[in-house]
This record gives sequence, structure tokens and C-alpha cells, in this order.
Amino acid sequence: MFSSIIQALLNGLVSGTILAVPAIGFTAIFAVLRYPNFAIGSLATIGAYAGWFANLRLGWPLEASFGLAFLGAGIATLAAEWLAVRPLEKSGALMMAICSLAVGIVLENMVRFAFGNEPRGFNVPLMRDIRFGDLRISPQQVENFAVALLLMALLWAALNLTRMGRAMRATADNADLARLKGVQPGTVAAITVMVGGGLAGIGGMLVALDTAADPLTGFRLILSVFAAAVLGGLGSIPGAVLGALIIGMVEELTVLLLAPNYRTAIGFAVILIVLTVRPSGLFGERAG
Amino acid sequence: MVNYIIFILVVAGVYALLAQSLTLSWGLAGLVNLGLVGFFAIGAYASAMTTKWGGWPIPLGLLAATVLGLFTGFIVTISTLRLRDDYLAIVTLGFAEVVRLVASNEIWLTGGTDGIAGVPSIVPRAWGQGYHVTMLAIVSVLAIATCALVRHLAASPWGRALRAVREDQVVAAVAGKPVIRLKAQAFSIAAAIAALAGAIYGHYTSYVAPEIYQPLITIYVFLAVTAGGVGRPAGAFLGAYLLIGFLELTRFMAEIVPGVSPVQAAATREILVGLALILLLRLKPNGIMPERNQKAPPSTA
Repeated sequence: MFSSIIQALLNGLVSGTILAVPAIGFTAIFAVLRYPNFAIGSLATIGAYAGWFANLRLGWPLEASFGLAFLGAGIATLAAEWLAVRPLEKSGALMMAICSLAVGIVLENMVRFAFGNEPRGFNVPLMRDIRFGDLRISPQQVENFAVALLLMALLWAALNLTRMGRAMRATADNADLARLKGVQPGTVAAITVMVGGGLAGIGGMLVALDTAADPLTGFRLILSVFAAAVLGGLGSIPGAVLGALIIGMVEELTVLLLAPNYRTAIGFAVILIVLTVRPSGLFGERAG
Repeated sequence: MVNYIIFILVVAGVYALLAQSLTLSWGLAGLVNLGLVGFFAIGAYASAMTTKWGGWPIPLGLLAATVLGLFTGFIVTISTLRLRDDYLAIVTLGFAEVVRLVASNEIWLTGGTDGIAGVPSIVPRAWGQGYHVTMLAIVSVLAIATCALVRHLAASPWGRALRAVREDQVVAAVAGKPVIRLKAQAFSIAAAIAALAGAIYGHYTSYVAPEIYQPLITIYVFLAVTAGGVGRPAGAFLGAYLLIGFLELTRFMAEIVPGVSPVQAAATREILVGLALILLLRLKPNGIMPERNQKAPPSTA
């Protein structure tokens, strides 16, 4: 029993770190553009398929395929933002959220139109699990974990050490003040949307590497992504990371107790509890 | 052909009920219910289970569905109504998924993914075409009655307070309106209407299963309400019929394009639905019948 708990925590650490990638994307878009982007699931799906296309059809190595996953999802997010969501800015955040849901439907079905419903597996070699005593972990999991960590380190550096990163944080903190200080709101918004969507895309590809890409890959992620972002406090990037780690571990632990099918319901339960007890989440602003 | 037209008119009536639900919560109270299909499912299951397995008479089953919808609507709002509205959107979206998850996995309760077949019908199916015509009459009358009810609610002092909350809840609170209570009431009644619609639909098609209650249904209703007029019950009613017309049109359009597989045809329809909603929000956000401002009563001074 004890070792199965440790195993669950280890799995949760890995899946939580992977979950953190799209959760950062979702929360970053919320922080700067002030609306929840419900297309995030479909964007993750687009990333999964872009990565699969690079890996299988173009024969690229996985490392390069991640690049296409990022670009494909990032460009799709930016296009959707400019063409569909942005024009509704004056109608308020809720209209933008509803519009993003419609965008999600369109994108998901464009993927379905192009690639069908069959699951698409990546070209990854089958490898024996690495074992430490009773614990086991697959080399692919280790690699995905490393990719997610590397991305987060890059993002941290970009946000803290570059001018654009500071401008993004300033806009998230206080958009009016940032504008007064000469930050270009349009540029900041465009880069946030591109990077946020790109991260969702890489998140989708990381998940698909573990199983396969299909049109609902991203949709199955969204409750966990929302839960991570709400638990951390909507709009807080460190919050989303911590939230994702907690959600990952709680999901794996509950698999020990409940049927594995209820994994995704955990996210919903966490959202309800957090909103009732501490709506601002772990690091969030006031939610009222 | 006649049967087909009657069938889609019944379905349109069910959507007209759903559209009234959304008009009440979103149109009048500004509460976005992205989990509408979850309440639709709950109603369908409640009535199907009590009438088929519990042997209850159908009116009692419909009542059970409505009450359960009211109750779940209230539960869902408890944790979110004090918060910003986007939290309610996230919670309701998750709620509908959890309903589907429970319906798929609690086989002892819901029959699992096989669903419940042979749900009792409201009038005998043996009537053939008469069955469909009678159901059309029942559903249409119910939809019109609900539309009238929502209109009445909207014009009442309660409805005016609700719209004040929608426009600016701080001002409404300062004016002494019980903001949280109004929102909870509107959302719960709306959930009850959606549940009733689900129950009727389940009895009509005689089949209830998790796969029916896709998130897309919620989008359909948003499309209907946006097309008809947000905040205008008669507009939402009209919007539901336009929606069904549009859906049938896309079916034919997807079929006449050559060289398209069935999966691609289905995907094309959903793309068209999504695009229609995006375009409507952009070009005609107030719909065909925009909400009318109520005239102030003549001054007595």
C-alpha cells in the first residue's frame, strides 16, 4: 500500500508537471486579456496533431516536432483572437468567453475534418520501464517531464529577464499603468496569446505522446487545466504551476480509491471546493 | 416526409424550451450557463428512471425532473454566485461533463453507457402518426406556455430587478435588491426548465444515454438565443425554430458536397454551427428581435 501511494505521487508529479504547461497558457491569457479562453482544449489538440504531423509525416525528431506543436497552436490562437474574439472586446469578458467556446468547436472539427477520428500514435521507441525498488517510471515519462520543466525554466527567464516579459507582467498587474509607462498593449496581447496558445499546444503533444492524438485529446484535459488555474488563482503563473502539481497528484491518488474513469471529475470537485473556501485560489487576486 | 417534418418540429419545440431556460439565466440575469446540457440530461434521467424503473406515472416523473433540475441548479450556484461571472461559466462547463461521467459510470443507477431504452411514452406509440402529432401539440403548447411564463417573469418587478442585477450588480445592491438571491432564483428556475425539456425529449425519443448529452447541445441553444434575441423570450422561441432549420440545412449542405466522408460531413456541420455563432456575436449580437426597454410608468407627480 505504501509503495503504491509513493508510485501514485510520482506519477502525479510527472502528470502535474505536464499539466502545468497548458495551465500556464490558460492563466497567462486570462491575466493579460481578462477572459477565460475556452478554446484551450482544441488548441491543445491542434498542438498534438501539429506535433504528430511533424513527427510522422515529415519525419522530424520529437524535439523539432515540439516546435511545430508550439507554432501551430500559437498561430491558431492568434488568428482566432484577431478574427473572432478581439472584435467583441467592447461586449465584455463573458461574450469573449462564449465566442472562444465557439472557436474551440470550429478548431476541433477542422482537425476532425483533416485527420478523422482515429487515434494517431507518435513514433516513439518502446522502452523498458526504469525501476527503483518497487517504483517504476517509463523513459518517455522522464523525457516529457524534462521537456515540461525546461519550458517552464525558459518561460521564467523570458518573463523575468527580458523587457517584453516585464511588459507582460506589468500589463497583467495593471493594464492602465503599464500603458502609461509606454507598454504597447497590442503587442503584449499578441505575444501572450501566441505563447499561451503555443504552451497549450505543447501540453497537448505531451499528453498525446503518452497515449495518442485524437480530436478530443485536448477536451479531456480542460477540466484539469481549469482546476489547476482556479486552484492557483486565475491569472497567476506560479499559482497555475503549483495548482497543476497538486491536481496531478490528487488525480493519481484518487485513482487508488475510485474508478479511474472519475479522474477528470476530481478537477471539478477541486474547483467547487476552492471557489467555496478560498475563491482567490492560492496566489490569485480577489475574485469578487 | 410528413413524419420527418413533424419530428423536427417536436425537436424544435424542445429547443424552444431550452432557449427559454437560457433566456432566463443568461438573457435576463446575465448568468452564463455553459452546462445547460447537464441539466437537460439530469431531467431526462430523472423522469426516465422514475417512470420506467419506479413505475411512477409520467406527470410525476416530469415533476421529479423539474424539481431535481431546480435543486441541482441551486447547488451549482452556491459556490459561484458571489464571484465574478466567468467562474460560473467554468463551473457550469465542468458540471455538464461530470453529469455525463456519472451517467456513464454508475451503471447500477443509470444503466451506464448503454443508457435507458424503452422509456415510457406520454401517449401510446401505437397511434403511429397520431403519436407524433399529439406529441407535437403537447411540446408546442408547453413551449408557448413557458415562453409566456418567462415573458411574464421578465415584465414583473422581479424581472426588472434581475435585469438591474445584470446591468450592474453593485448599483442593484445599493438600491436594496437581494443580488445573490435573485441570481440563485433565476438560475435555478432556468435549470428546472432545461430539466423539464430533457424529460420531455427522453419520453418522446424513448431513449436516454450519456452520448446524447454532448456539449454541442449547449452551443446550439446559445446559437438559438443569440439569433432570436438575448433577453427577449419571444425572440428565443423564434430562434429555436430558426436553429433547427439551420441545422437541417447544414445536413443537406454537408451531404451534397461530393467526396466527403460521413465523419467529414459531421465535422463540417459543427464547423458551420461554430462559425454561425461567431458571426452572430459579431454582426448581430442583439438578434432578430432585440430586447425592448420597458417604458417607465407615467409619472404620478
